[in-house]
Amino acid sequence: MRVHQHPILQFDRGKKVQFSYNGRPIEAYEGETVAAALHAAGVHILSHSVKFHRPRGFFCGIGKCSSCLMRVNGVPNVRTCMVPVSQDMEVEPPDPPRLPQAPFEEHRREELDADVLVVGAGPAGICAAIEAARHGARVVLVDENPRMGGQLVKQTHKFFGSREERAGTRGITIAAELEEEALQLAREGQMTILLDTSVFGYYGGHGSHRLTAVNKMAQVMYILQAPTVVFSCGAQENMLAFPGNDLPGVYGAGGVQTLMNVYGIMPGRRVLMVGAGNVGLIVSYQLLQAGVAVDRVVEAMPRIGGYHVHAAKLRRHGVPIYTSHSVKEVYGGDRVEGAIVVRLDENWQPVKGSEEDVPCDTVCLAVGLTPSAQLLFQAGVHRAYIPEAGGHVAIHDQVMETSISGTFVAGDTSGIEEASTAMVEGKIAGLGAAIHLGLAEDSRDALISYQSTLQAMREGPFGAKARAAKEKILQEASHAGV
Amino acid sequence: MREYEKTGVLSVDHLRLPSEEHLARGVAVIECVQDIPCNPCVDACPVQAISMENINAPPQMDYEACIGCGQCVAVCPGLAIFLVKVDDGRGWVTLPYEMLPVPGQGDQVTLVNREGEEVGRGTVTKVVKRRDTCVVTVEVPPALAMQVRAIRVKP
Repeated sequence: MRVHQHPILQFDRGKKVQFSYNGRPIEAYEGETVAAALHAAGVHILSHSVKFHRPRGFFCGIGKCSSCLMRVNGVPNVRTCMVPVSQDMEVEPPDPPRLPQAPFEEHRREELDADVLVVGAGPAGICAAIEAARHGARVVLVDENPRMGGQLVKQTHKFFGSREERAGTRGITIAAELEEEALQLAREGQMTILLDTSVFGYYGGHGSHRLTAVNKMAQVMYILQAPTVVFSCGAQENMLAFPGNDLPGVYGAGGVQTLMNVYGIMPGRRVLMVGAGNVGLIVSYQLLQAGVAVDRVVEAMPRIGGYHVHAAKLRRHGVPIYTSHSVKEVYGGDRVEGAIVVRLDENWQPVKGSEEDVPCDTVCLAVGLTPSAQLLFQAGVHRAYIPEAGGHVAIHDQVMETSISGTFVAGDTSGIEEASTAMVEGKIAGLGAAIHLGLAEDSRDALISYQSTLQAMREGPFGAKARAAKEKILQEASHAGV
Repeated sequence: MREYEKTGVLSVDHLRLPSEEHLARGVAVIECVQDIPCNPCVDACPVQAISMENINAPPQMDYEACIGCGQCVAVCPGLAIFLVKVDDGRGWVTLPYEMLPVPGQGDQVTLVNREGEEVGRGTVTKVVKRRDTCVVTVEVPPALAMQVRAIRVKP
């Protein structure tokens, strides 16, 4: 089910290609990922659980959940949601759960060194890379996706904030503008951009940090070395515990956005949205724009968590929002056939007899995000569990520097927030790295200006959570001497 | 907790409404009542009719100063600004429209209120694309001018 007409987006599909899945020919368009193309071709079961052999479908769409691992052109455990299709590509179901036979030793190795290494080219990472490069640093920007922009590439709505943060501009436009700035710096020789490349290990170093990365499909391994590193690795979608939560047709809200806004593929025909924060409200509206029906939005909290203006858009387009309601179970054979929603009392307990059967083929979870900070933890940074930040985070100071000197963090990896604040945090981290390198001695004013912008963006009631998170992180930082 | 935080629907009691004279001229009604960090409407207004104490405060419209140009309607990321005009027994609402199909001038469309209920039929009098957003003006019964906040267009 491809979207052919869209009020905001134009899907200029690439040329048709054919690949094989389990020996069966599948038609797709150049530029689509394997998992997206399979979805469009009606393949909804991508893998099975190890123990009970339960079907698993497309969930996150950004390489974080592992339900779409397959063998591609002989390479095992490929995250097919991140690998673009190509003519005659051979895609096979995932390997059995044991270490696959695929020795790596004979493959190409490259060593790259830089002044600043940026891991992740989302809004925070690109802004960090641009900021550092503008100060004369040689930057290597690495991202595991086939394109830059992180989650901005699927944000079709106009951004809030002020003019400096490109308010009133759609996320997709901001992504294109940031990408162009980075590409310009790359053309000037100031920046090297590695896409399709995952950074997977931190190996310390004296005065310089060593990290390893791999481009799986090109079979190249990189050893990256830099005195400063910015970790802007984004976040991953939270799961919710209920029977049937692993059925194909239960998606993360971001996964649905990727399918419909990046690849123009409808997740299904009728959606139950779980969560009325900004993500749930915005994605519901975007589903309507893509021509998908939204049955309702359920929210466990007694009030709508997102902005009223987003809720108002949905209500006037006929989508009801049920606060103090949640999903009790999702049912279906090999994929979602419906869901039972239930009202919650003031103690968050299901009210007996309030169950309602919601006809839907898609359940979309918009129940928050968890920072992707695994690399930082492997590096051994001082960390803490900060609920307001979305989970375990690297403790950092006002310049976004962690407990390991020369390593910085920015965006959702430093605590879940908005793309607009991620961009400012990225600038701070990039500037922090430049200062660390001695390239930006007289940038005190710029730093203070970025910091006060961030503070202003967090001042209102909707910034309370981020404010609390950052306060706790700074407290923890001063305790730990970060 | 305010009712709209539960329902997602504002009542007109939450809004500071324009007077009859303002409505006769046609002014922008801003349905943005929460403290959210956003201010493109302030920047977009060519006559500085919209003010904000700080970036988190809700925008305040000076109906005396508003010239009804609709720049703010197109720029608002929350799609929360509507141009309303009631004059000589006729009414018009200008709203941002980000759905398909896009109606044409003269088309009959279904008028919808804040709760998504159909409240009547109206004729589209103007369709423009401004700042990357389609802005549609529809003639409505004058009594519905403060109610109609969306349209439904038959494919």
